[in-house]
Amino acid sequence: MNFNFKHEWIETNIGLLAVLTMLAISVGGLVEITPLFFIDKTIEKVDGVRPYTPLEQRGRDIYQREGCYLCHSQMIRPFRDEKLRYGHYSLAAESQYDHPFQWGSKRTGPDLARVGGKYSNEWHVQHLTAPRSMVPESVMPNYPWLKATPLDTSDIAERMKALRKVGVPYSLTDAEYKANVAKFGETVAKQLHIPNAQQSLIEQANFGNYDGDRSGISEMDALVAYLQVLGTMVDFGKYKDDAFVNDR
Amino acid sequence: MAVTTYSGAEQYNFEVVKKFAVMSIVWAVIGMFVGVYIASELAWPFLNFDSPYISFGRFRPVHTTSVIFGFGGSALFATSYYVVQRTCQTRLISDGLASFTFWGWMAAIALADFSYMLGYTQSREYAEMEWPIDILIEVVWVAYLTVFVGTIMRRKQPHIYVANWFYLAFILATALLHTFNNLAMPIDLFSMKSYSLFSGVQDAMTQWWYGHNAVGFFLTAAFLGMMYYFVPKQAGRPIYSYRLSIVHFWALGFMYMWVGAHHLHWTALPDWTSSLAAAFSILLLMPSWGGMINGIMTLSGAWDKLRTDPIMRFMIVALSFYGMSTFEGPMMSLKEVNALSHYTDWTVGHVHSGALGWVAMITFGSLYHMMPKLWDTKMYSRKLVEWHFWLATIGIVLYIVAMWISGITQGLMWRAFDQFGNLQYSFVESVAAMHPFYAMRAIGGMFFLTGMVMMAFNMFMTIRQGKRESAALEAKLAAKLAHA
Repeated sequence: MNFNFKHEWIETNIGLLAVLTMLAISVGGLVEITPLFFIDKTIEKVDGVRPYTPLEQRGRDIYQREGCYLCHSQMIRPFRDEKLRYGHYSLAAESQYDHPFQWGSKRTGPDLARVGGKYSNEWHVQHLTAPRSMVPESVMPNYPWLKATPLDTSDIAERMKALRKVGVPYSLTDAEYKANVAKFGETVAKQLHIPNAQQSLIEQANFGNYDGDRSGISEMDALVAYLQVLGTMVDFGKYKDDAFVNDR
Repeated sequence: MAVTTYSGAEQYNFEVVKKFAVMSIVWAVIGMFVGVYIASELAWPFLNFDSPYISFGRFRPVHTTSVIFGFGGSALFATSYYVVQRTCQTRLISDGLASFTFWGWMAAIALADFSYMLGYTQSREYAEMEWPIDILIEVVWVAYLTVFVGTIMRRKQPHIYVANWFYLAFILATALLHTFNNLAMPIDLFSMKSYSLFSGVQDAMTQWWYGHNAVGFFLTAAFLGMMYYFVPKQAGRPIYSYRLSIVHFWALGFMYMWVGAHHLHWTALPDWTSSLAAAFSILLLMPSWGGMINGIMTLSGAWDKLRTDPIMRFMIVALSFYGMSTFEGPMMSLKEVNALSHYTDWTVGHVHSGALGWVAMITFGSLYHMMPKLWDTKMYSRKLVEWHFWLATIGIVLYIVAMWISGITQGLMWRAFDQFGNLQYSFVESVAAMHPFYAMRAIGGMFFLTGMVMMAFNMFMTIRQGKRESAALEAKLAAKLAHA
């Protein structure tokens, strides 16, 4: 058999050129992305990670809206300095309900993956409103409108329904609610129940009073509620130091 | 093969090329101005003026979208429509569809910029447009593919010129990346807000598969297409090696798609994925340099042009920056180097050595070559082209050097320990240390922007001059006819 390949065949046939190009550029993504959905070890087995409550999710929406991800990462790497500065390295499990992910790519400001509980609500409110009043060298913009803008809570059920469609276990039916009770406990499951969404959002905001102003629910309430939960869901005290090493 | 008979009356569709070329310059001025502004916000934060619309987080995507898709994208539409017509010696298959790609693309960029300022964003870097704009882009892109491939099918000679392979790969890859990275669920058909289909680690991998290949195909393969037409044209010499162009075309297209995960070294992405990406990143040096060598060596035997021809200088400096940043990239994708460079300004500097040094410079060279031809005249001022070249080059050097120093400083400060094993610096000390370099970066950007404004003025005058000349010619002709 005499098979004498000539590149000329491709150069003179637009159909062949297009098909072969398509093949060449498809392989990399197929090999690197698809297995991530099927290899079990990709997401560590760990207790405590739950979907965001309605108020936290609204805070997350605002975090995205203001482009916080452009200066703050949410992904701690397994280095000694990062452990000292930020805490335990981030697990894949911790962002499994994050649509979209907010790992970021730049630290113009510090990582926020475990900022939850590190500062008081009052500190966050003052810092977000006027960062340089707390940290003189900061280059962060002021966000005075957050406290002044009432939070729109009217479409929270729609937002949770969309998230449910992409896989977040917010419950719509009784069966789903019961499954959540079994998985996350009753207190949490109630907050993840879409029919209760608006009510539980208002309850959490009033109870937490994140912005220090009881007269209404502001965008600041939601954003601070979100910041305060970041990185706090997993209790690393329960696990050995090298518990997650083999999952990488 | 589709071969139509040659008709002398058939002309090229340069109307759409002209429109895209002009808008490319307009978006460059807008996008680079916003770039200088946000760079200044980081140096002098009062410039945020407590306004949501221009605060850094909302304004930064306006910069990236305007320069990548507005300036770069329009330049690619303009040059690909020009090159495909010239090399296939045929007119675009449909004026209507070509015109639709123009208006559709302009609408997409303008809507994207305004929507970011109003707070609508998918928060995916370089893919921030929300779902309605993504759909518009998808439709425009299918029209673009149709016009481009359809025109190639009507070509007058059997071979498809190498520049068109690269443009085709860019169009196909961008369609693939755009589609899969923007899968999202809107909260309501009348709401701009959506949530991405994937979450966490899979979402991160998809985004950086997109993110790096926006660089690989939008900002590299496509501009190599530009290079393969305009460098030989301007040099008046054939491409150095035909065989090299074949090898590096296939290698580049295949390998680029593997490297995105190097943006996720040391993260919660599994090690196997990021190691694979690191290996391919290093391999990628070879096809990248294949392109650079092929471009630069095309000048062999005509090196004197570097002394006399400012357009040639733009192109050769572009190829040099391409070579430099495609060496720097593989180096930064080594895990040990990345541990230092990731999250720092070094990455920002690296991107700009590619974006300003390679993409913008090769575009300037190509537009300076193409636009006088389109309006059938000469550049209004050659002196201003020279000035543009030097301002741009100095601007890039200031920018990159500032980011190298600040990036490496950040990386080292974050990991510094004192004699007791505690962290030596608080985070904000590293922020304070950045100030002089952020100022220097903004100044570098101002140099580059000033050169860009000169180009805009020069082009405006050139177009006006071209129109006057052709009007005078027509008047002369009419007068002659009247006498006869």
